[in-house]
Amino acid sequence: MVGDDVEETLKRIEAHKGVIGTIVVNSEGIPIRTTLDNSTTVLYAGHLRNLTALAKSTVRDIDPQNDLTFLRIRSKKHEIMLAPENNFLLIVIQNPCE
Amino acid sequence: MGPKRSRSGTGRKGKGKGEKTRSPTPLERIGHPDNIFPLVLTSATQELFDCRTDEDVTRESPYKLLKKDNIIQDIKTRAAVSDFSPVKQSVLDYPEDEMLLVFDSDFTYGQCFYLVLTPEKKNKMLEPPEPETLEVSENEVDKTSESKPWISLGSEKEIDEESIKETREKMTFKFSRVRKKFGMPICFSDRNASDAKDGYMECASYPSSKFSIKQMQRDCGINASPGLQTISTQTNWMIQRNASTQYNPRELSEEEIESILNSESLKNFCISVTRRIMHALQQEEIMNVFFDDWKALETEDAAGDWSGQVAEGLILYQAFTDQKYTKDKKICCINWHPTIHGVIAVALVEKTEEPFDVSAVLISRPAFIVFFSFSDPSNPQLLLECPDEILAFEFCPSHPNIIVGGCMNGQVVLWDILAHITHLQDTNQPSSKMASVNTDTFSQQQQPTYASCYTSPHAVVSPHIEDSIQANQITALLAVCSDPDDKKDKRIPVVRLSAMSVVENGHKAPITDVQWLPPTFQVTSKGLPVENKLKISAQIVTCSPDCTIMFWDVRLPKLLSQSLGKKQDVDQKTPITTCGVAQTFKHLERTWKPLFRVAVPKIDTGGEYAPLKFSFEHYSSNDNTEKAAENGHAEIIPDYSQLTVPLVGTEKILEDVNTKFYVGTEEGEILYTNWRVEKDESGQLHSAKPLYCFNTHQYLVKTMQRSPFFKDIVLTIGNWNFAIWQEGVMDGPLVESQHFVEECTTGCWSLSRPAVFFIGKGDGNIEVWNLMENTGQPAYVHHHFTDAKIICIKPWIASPKQHFLAVGDDLGLLSVFKIPQSLYTPSRNETLSMKKYFELEKDSLKDYLKRKEQWVKQKKEDEEFNKKKEVEKPVKPLQNIEEPGMKQYDDDMRMAESILKGMGLWPAASNPEDT
Repeated sequence: MVGDDVEETLKRIEAHKGVIGTIVVNSEGIPIRTTLDNSTTVLYAGHLRNLTALAKSTVRDIDPQNDLTFLRIRSKKHEIMLAPENNFLLIVIQNPCE
Repeated sequence: MGPKRSRSGTGRKGKGKGEKTRSPTPLERIGHPDNIFPLVLTSATQELFDCRTDEDVTRESPYKLLKKDNIIQDIKTRAAVSDFSPVKQSVLDYPEDEMLLVFDSDFTYGQCFYLVLTPEKKNKMLEPPEPETLEVSENEVDKTSESKPWISLGSEKEIDEESIKETREKMTFKFSRVRKKFGMPICFSDRNASDAKDGYMECASYPSSKFSIKQMQRDCGINASPGLQTISTQTNWMIQRNASTQYNPRELSEEEIESILNSESLKNFCISVTRRIMHALQQEEIMNVFFDDWKALETEDAAGDWSGQVAEGLILYQAFTDQKYTKDKKICCINWHPTIHGVIAVALVEKTEEPFDVSAVLISRPAFIVFFSFSDPSNPQLLLECPDEILAFEFCPSHPNIIVGGCMNGQVVLWDILAHITHLQDTNQPSSKMASVNTDTFSQQQQPTYASCYTSPHAVVSPHIEDSIQANQITALLAVCSDPDDKKDKRIPVVRLSAMSVVENGHKAPITDVQWLPPTFQVTSKGLPVENKLKISAQIVTCSPDCTIMFWDVRLPKLLSQSLGKKQDVDQKTPITTCGVAQTFKHLERTWKPLFRVAVPKIDTGGEYAPLKFSFEHYSSNDNTEKAAENGHAEIIPDYSQLTVPLVGTEKILEDVNTKFYVGTEEGEILYTNWRVEKDESGQLHSAKPLYCFNTHQYLVKTMQRSPFFKDIVLTIGNWNFAIWQEGVMDGPLVESQHFVEECTTGCWSLSRPAVFFIGKGDGNIEVWNLMENTGQPAYVHHHFTDAKIICIKPWIASPKQHFLAVGDDLGLLSVFKIPQSLYTPSRNETLSMKKYFELEKDSLKDYLKRKEQWVKQKKEDEEFNKKKEVEKPVKPLQNIEEPGMKQYDDDMRMAESILKGMGLWPAASNPEDT
C-alpha cells in the first residue's frame, strides 16, 4: 500500500541517530503525521510552515527559476531540518552531535 | 365722452334741418359719433332717393350719395314727416352738395341708415369704405399724444414744503475803511465765531419737560445675521478591539488524514525528500556544519577587552611592610580574608637558622598575626596576639571571624575577631569607630605564660601584666591608653587569643599545617565521619613533624560539661572575667584536647613519618549543601560555647566520605593514608598504614594543595621539584617535574584556570606554569625586585576582573601582585582539556610502569643470563659476540637505574638523598 511506503520511509528517518521527532505537514500547515505530542506538533507546524513559506518566497523573489529545497535551523539545543516539496513539508528535529 | 365732445367740438352731425343746438336724444346720443346721424328711412323715402334696402344699397355697397338739394326739398315737402327732419339744420349747414347716406345693415347706430354730417367723414368713408374706420380714425386721433397740461394731484404741496424759499430778503452789509487806508492792501481772514467772547448768541437746545412728543415711529435699520452657537459634546468612541482570542489549531479529520496518507503525492514527496534529509542527518551526526572556526579562535571572556597594554606579567599592586611588626621577620603563612575585600593576614616568624629548633627560640618580640588592608599599606589594621610564633593559620570557612593557628610549640590557638570586623571593613575611618571592647576589669590571666596587651579607650592597664613584653611597647600603649579621647588613629587593635590548647595534649613539635574541616561533615571522637547537621565548620585538623595528625573540635565536649560546671564554681571565687577577650571559646580553656589522633606509621619499616603538610578531599554531601550553607551564614553566629560535640551514635555516619588523604612528610615522601582509625586484632584503635608512599621529593614537602577545579588532583611541591597526583592513581604522580636548580619554596593553583599554577622560588622568582602549554618549563617567570626567598604564595579573586596574588618573602615583605588577564582567563574548555590531559598522563604513567616492569624483568633475566654465561666460560666465542652487546645493555640498565633513582621512582625503601 502506498501508506506503508510512506511509513517505512519515515521510520527510517526516525531511526537515525539523534532524531527527536518528525512531522509531516500539508500545505496549509496542518500536521498529517507526527511523532511528537499534539501541542508541540501544532506549535512546530504552525511556525515552521510560515518560515518555510517565507524562505521559499525569498528564494524565488531573488531568482524566479530557483526554488527552496532545504532549510536547516541550528539552535542551541537542536537542529531543525525542513524539506518542502509538493505541497508537503517534512520537519525533522535532531540533537546536534556534540 | 365729455372731453371728447369738447374736443371734437368742431365736428358735428346734422341733418338737413340744421339745428344749432344739439339736443340729441339719448337714443341718438348713445353709441354714435357726432358726425353721423342714424336715420330711419321709410320705404317711400327710400324709393324717392333710390336707396331701397337690398336693392340700391346693400351690405356690400352701403354708401349712397344724396344731393343736398334733394334732401332740402324733401324736407320742405314733407316737413315734419320727412325722415330727414331731425337733421335739417345739419343738412343746411352742410357745405358740400352731396351727403353720404350709409346703410347700416347691422344697426350699429341703432337705425338702418345713417347720414354722415361732415364732408371729411364722408371722404374718409368713401375712400376706405369701412364702417370701422370711423372708430380707427378716432383712436388715431387719440394716440398722437399732445402735450397736455399737468393735472395736479396734490404733489405740489409736498414739493412746496420741501423746497427752500427765502423767507426774507438777503441782508447786505457794507463795510468801508478809513479813508486814509483806501487803496492799501488788505488781508481778509476768517474768524471763528466761538473764538471771541460773545461772538455769538447761542440758543442751546434743552429737553423741555413741558413739551414732549412721543415718537411713534422711528426708522430703524435692521441687519439680520445668523445666530452662532458653540456646542461640544463628548461621546464614547467604542473601538471594537479584541480582548482575547481563543482558537484551536486546525486539524484534519481521520478520513482526510487517511486519504492523504494513502495519496500518491505524499509518496512522491517522501521519496524525494528522504534523500536530502538523510544526508543532512548524517552530516549532523558527524560534525557541526555551522561551526564558526574564526569565532572559535578567541578565548572565552576575551571579547572586547583589549586595553592598550596587554599586561603579560604579574604587576606589583601593593607591598605591605611595617617597621614594627614585620621587619626582620619572614612571612610563613598568608591568608586572604574570605569575605572582606582587600584584607590579608600574615603570620610572621623570626628568622633563625634552624626553623624547627624549638628549644632555641627565645621570643625577643611577641609574635603577631598581622592584618593588612589595601587601603593602608604601611600600617597593619589588626594584630592577633600569639603565644608563640605561628607557622600556619586558617580562617574558618563558615565563620570568617574565627581563626585557628598552629604554634611553634605545638599548641593550637583560636581567635575571634568578630569585635573588630567592622574596623577591618571600615579601614578608612579613624579608629574611633573601633568596636568597643569589654570594659570589665582585667584580672589575672588564665594562662600564666604570655602577656596580653590590648587597647581600649576606657579600661585601665592591669598591673598584672607579665614582663615579657618589652617596655617600649608598654609605654607606647600606656601613652595611648591614658588618652581617654581617642582621637589618634594610629592605634592598631590587638586581639587576644580566645582559646589555646593545653600544651600537654598538643603536638610536641611545631604545627606545620592547620586546616578546618569543611562544614559538610564532621568526625566523631572515634574517627568516624558523620553528618554535620549545623553545617558549620567546627573541627580542625593539625599536623606536625611529631608524627601525628590531630583532629580538634572547638565545641564543648559533652562529657566534660558536668565537670566543667564544677570547675566553674571553683573558679568563680577568683574573678575569671577577662576583658578584651572574646568569650567565644571560653569553654575550651584549659581543657582543649584533640578529638583523636592519627599516627602515620611507615609502610615498610617501623617508625613513623613526619608529616609536614596534608590535604584531604573536600566532601560535598548531596543533600542541600548550598542551601544549608547560605542559611548558616544568614543566621546569627552560633555561640560556640553552647555547641557541643555530638555524641557518638547520634549523628548519621556518612559512608561516602573519602577519609583518605595525602600527607607530605619531612623527608619528601607523599603518603596516601586513611585517617579513619581501625581496630586491629586486640581491639585497640590504631591508625592504618598508608596505602602508598612515594618519595617524590627528596626533602621537605613545602606545599600540598588540591586543585580548586578537580577534587582529586593534588599539587605537591618539594624542595627541588613538584608533582601532580591524582587520587586513585596508586602508581605515582601523574606529572613530575624535573629537578630545578633553584629550590622551590611554595606554590599554589590558580583559582581561575585549571591548568595554571604558581611556584615560588628561593631566588625570589615566581614561576607561572601552564600545563596546557608546556610541562617542561614555566610559561612565565616573574623576577621579584628583591632577591629574598619567597616563602608563601596565595592567590585571591577579589572581583571578576581583579585577581591578586599575595607573596610573602624572607624579608617580611608582603607583596600583592595583580594577575594579568591572560593568566586568569581560562582558555576554551580548559577544564575539559585538563581532564583529558590528566587521563593521558595516567595512561602514560601506567604504560611506563608496565614498561619498567618489563625492563626490570629483562634486566633480571639478563643478569641470570650473565651469571650463566660466567659459568659457561668455555663458550667464549658466544660471549665475545655477546659481550659488547651485554656491556652496552648493562650500561643502559645502569643508566636507567640511576636516572630512576635520581627521580626517586625506584621502588625501594625511601632513601633520603641530600643533594
